[in-house]
This record gives sequence, structure tokens and C-alpha cells, in this order.
Amino acid sequence: MDLTPLEKEMLAGRHGEGVQLAMKIQVGIGEAFDAVRMVPITRAHVALSAQDADLWFVEKLLAKGARCRISPTVNPSIDLAYLNQHLFEIPKGGVDIVSATNAAYRRIGATLTFDCTPYLQQNIPAFGEIVAFSESSATPYVNSVLGARSNRESSQSALCAAVTGRVAEYGLLLDENRRAEVLVDVAAKVETDFDYQLLGWCYPLKHKGLEIPVFSGIPRRPTPEGFMNFGAQLNTSGAVSMYHIAGITPEAPSLEAALGGKAPSHRVEITDRDLDQVRGQICGEPGKIDFAMFGCPHLTIRQVAEIAEILEGRRLKVDFWVLTSSLTRELAGRMGYLQTIQRAGGHIVADTCIDVPPCWQPYYGLTGVTDSPKCAYYNEIRKIKFIIRPLAECVEAAIRGEVAR
Amino acid sequence: MKPDALQEFACRRIAEGKAEGEAIVSTDAICFYLVEPETGIVIEKNHVLYGQSVAGRILVMPSGKGSSVVQADGLYKLMKHGKAPKGMIVEFPDPVLVSSAIVMEIPTVMRLGREFFEKVRTGMHVSLDADGGRVAIR
Repeated sequence: MDLTPLEKEMLAGRHGEGVQLAMKIQVGIGEAFDAVRMVPITRAHVALSAQDADLWFVEKLLAKGARCRISPTVNPSIDLAYLNQHLFEIPKGGVDIVSATNAAYRRIGATLTFDCTPYLQQNIPAFGEIVAFSESSATPYVNSVLGARSNRESSQSALCAAVTGRVAEYGLLLDENRRAEVLVDVAAKVETDFDYQLLGWCYPLKHKGLEIPVFSGIPRRPTPEGFMNFGAQLNTSGAVSMYHIAGITPEAPSLEAALGGKAPSHRVEITDRDLDQVRGQICGEPGKIDFAMFGCPHLTIRQVAEIAEILEGRRLKVDFWVLTSSLTRELAGRMGYLQTIQRAGGHIVADTCIDVPPCWQPYYGLTGVTDSPKCAYYNEIRKIKFIIRPLAECVEAAIRGEVAR
Repeated sequence: MKPDALQEFACRRIAEGKAEGEAIVSTDAICFYLVEPETGIVIEKNHVLYGQSVAGRILVMPSGKGSSVVQADGLYKLMKHGKAPKGMIVEFPDPVLVSSAIVMEIPTVMRLGREFFEKVRTGMHVSLDADGGRVAIR
């Protein structure tokens, strides 16, 4: 690779061993993907997970003296104090790894947002901005909806980019790799935010390749929540880091523009039947539930408002958890939504993820309801069963203690 | 050429180092979150390596899969138990797998060409030199 004098100094260890390690990893990635040079980034987001490898790597960089040049926002972990008070006493092992992870990220210079939707608040790239974003819902959102440029970073490579302030230039950073090659004809009716969960889960089952898809036949602009759901499921059911929606997303003013004036190499059709099939495979049969969980990705204020409106003056029959950012929780309090949800017997917890063990241990082996296929998928490993329904239906189910036919 | 004759292939480095051992060949993508840390045995249902161990072997695979967090965490747990593969040979590398291999310091290479993947079989002896850009099998 053709490195600048500053980058050569970093690689030679003149800026400390931590920067050297980060640079060495990034040059390795660049060489593997035939990058010619590195380019500066203006933002980063690290998918902090408070799991073993996460803590080990951030502490390794810290021990070698690394600090972030670009302060990254970070994913949620666990609000220990809140869950200790309202759910169960978090085991010491869990408390230790979460506390140590938070301390390490603060020391290395991260901004402790503890939120997986940085692209909606706190860390929003503009069109054309080069960034390093890990986190499965974030990478497709910044590339597809905002037109910023990020490769599908791992937590570790995004942290290295935050330390050196640059990334190797390859993949989705280059114009020629952002063109769609798969034309997806959406014949199915796709209107609600929940429809995007199903469409997002469905597409990777119909086409396995990693080429960029363009979705055609979507009549109206999805809501921010629709886009958020869509990317989260596309990148969980498959590994889609970028997509276009013809006539809607910024790099697809038309179908032809999205395809770069070329013919698609693959064509896929998605019908109502396909979405019904996905619904049948993943959503689960009606039945009794033990709890309800929302916020994978973290809910927005509009979704919190929708929940509060249904819960006004009513009582929940089962445990009810809304996961969101600390900012959204604060705003929910100001709007009265927090109080409405709490009066009904529910919780809004900030800074917390559905997938950070051991915080949801009391629910292992039980059945919950959620609006998110990604939430259901990641909890299979903990033997938590989820019935998946649209948000409003989930809330009604939690009032009854049962998902109705 | 005799079946046990040494055959050499040029390759490109992903993660530095040298490794030698018995090949285990997967035709499915690997997610290290679904490999049991204590044994190195693949526990992903319907996977071609289901029930087989990658521990201490040279893992040959088409690609990695899994989110930004799980690949590195899976490999890390295997290393803690001494059950990680000794080296890796990848046909279609993705950014998450590449960064995980480099971060975990497992000698890993790519660009061996179709001929290698047609010849290599589980149980063959592989020596892999990522720095020298060379893989030998017999």
C-alpha cells in the first residue's frame, strides 16, 4: 500500500505501540482487499458487546497506550443499576465484565452513548462522508439511507479506525462497488414498519450472493423505523451492508442509476406468498407469553409514543421491557410516555441490549413476544423463545398475557 | 504424480506467521460463535463439519459468516481453550473474518486458485507460510 509519511510513522511505532498495532491490523485488511491507500474517516461506531473478546481487545490497545483520534459512539451493554433494582441481582461475573468494558472504552476515548442507532441520533454521517461503522443495523443504514460510505467493519476493525483516524480504501468506499447488481422486484404489499422486518428477513433467503440489491416497486418512502428494521434484518438474515430502493434512496434516483446503466446480473421476485412463508417460518404460533421485549434495534420516540398510547389507563399482565437510548428515555419522560408505561407496569431501560448476557437470565427457557426477528434469532442460543408480531399487536398481547389468534 | 507427492501453491497473506498440521476442509462458511469453545467441535446444525473438530488443524473454508461481534468472540474463546485452528486458508475473505484473523494472530492466507480447493482433502498434511506466500500439501 502507498502510505503517507504520517501513516508510515504510525506503522513504525513512532506514535506508540497501540497506534502501531491498530495500523498494522488496518494495513493487513487493506492488503487483503487490494487497497492502494488509506483515507481519513470523520466518524466511527464500535459495536461494543461486553463479551470476552471485546474487553480483551480494547484492554490490549489501552495497555499499549492507544487513544482514539476519532471518538467513536458505542453499542449498548447493560444498565446494571436499573436491572438490579427491577429484574434480578446480576451475577458478579456479569457486573465485572460490563464495568471493566465501560471503563476501558471511556479511557480509550469513546463516547459512551450505549445505543445501537447512532445513525438516528448522536453520530449521523452526511452524504459521501467516509466512516467506519460496525453494528448490523448501522452499516446498511449509513450506506443505503444516508449515502455515507462504510465497509462492513468488525467491532475490532472499527476501533482500530477510531484509533488511527483512517481506513483502507476498498469495497463500499469506492464508487464502482456501490452499484446494484441484483434487481429485486417487490410484488408483495410492503407498507408498515413491520412489513420491512419481513422483507428484510426474506431477501437473503431468496438470494445468497453478496452483490448489492436494488429493490424496485416500493411505492412510498419508508419511515426511519421502516429503514432501521429493514437494514437490521437484511444484515442478520444475511450479510447485506448496502442496498438501494429505486426512486427513494439517495444513490438510486432511478432504477437505471442504481444499476449504473448496466443490466442486473441476477433478478429476484418477492411476492406476498414469500412474505407469508417467512411469517410462517419465524413468527410463531399464538399462545401464552411470559414477557415482552422491544428495542432490537433501540426504539425511537415515535415507537415509544405508539406503545404509550395503547397502554394509557391499562395494566400489563406480563413483564414488559422497552430498550432505547438514554436520550430517548429522557424525552419519553418529558412527554409523559415513560410515566404512562410505568403506570401500566412496564419499563423503559436505557443503555441496554437484548443480546448481552447475563442480563436477561430470568427469562431463559421462557416465551416472550417481540416485533424484531433479530431479537428472536440472537436469543435462540439462550433458549428464549419469541413470538414475533407487529408492535401494536405485541402490546395488546402483553396486556392479555397471550398472543391471540 | 504420486498421490502423496508434495504439491506447492502460491498464496497471499491475510494474517502473518507459519503453521503446519492436518487439513480440515469445509465447503460451508464458518461462524466461530457456533464452534464449541471447550472442544473445537462445530455445533451448527446442518453444517458440513457438524460434529467435527477444527482444533489444532489447518481450516480450509470458502468464507466466514456472522456479525461483527460473534466471529472474533468465537475465535477468542477457542484460543482461550487451546482449541482454535492452527492456521486458515480462505477462498472468499470478508472484512469481518480478515480482521478477526489478524487480531487473533492466526496465520491465514487466501488467493490459492481453484486447483488448490479441488485437490485439498481433509486429513492431508498442510504446511502454510503466510509470510513467504506458500502453501504445501501432501
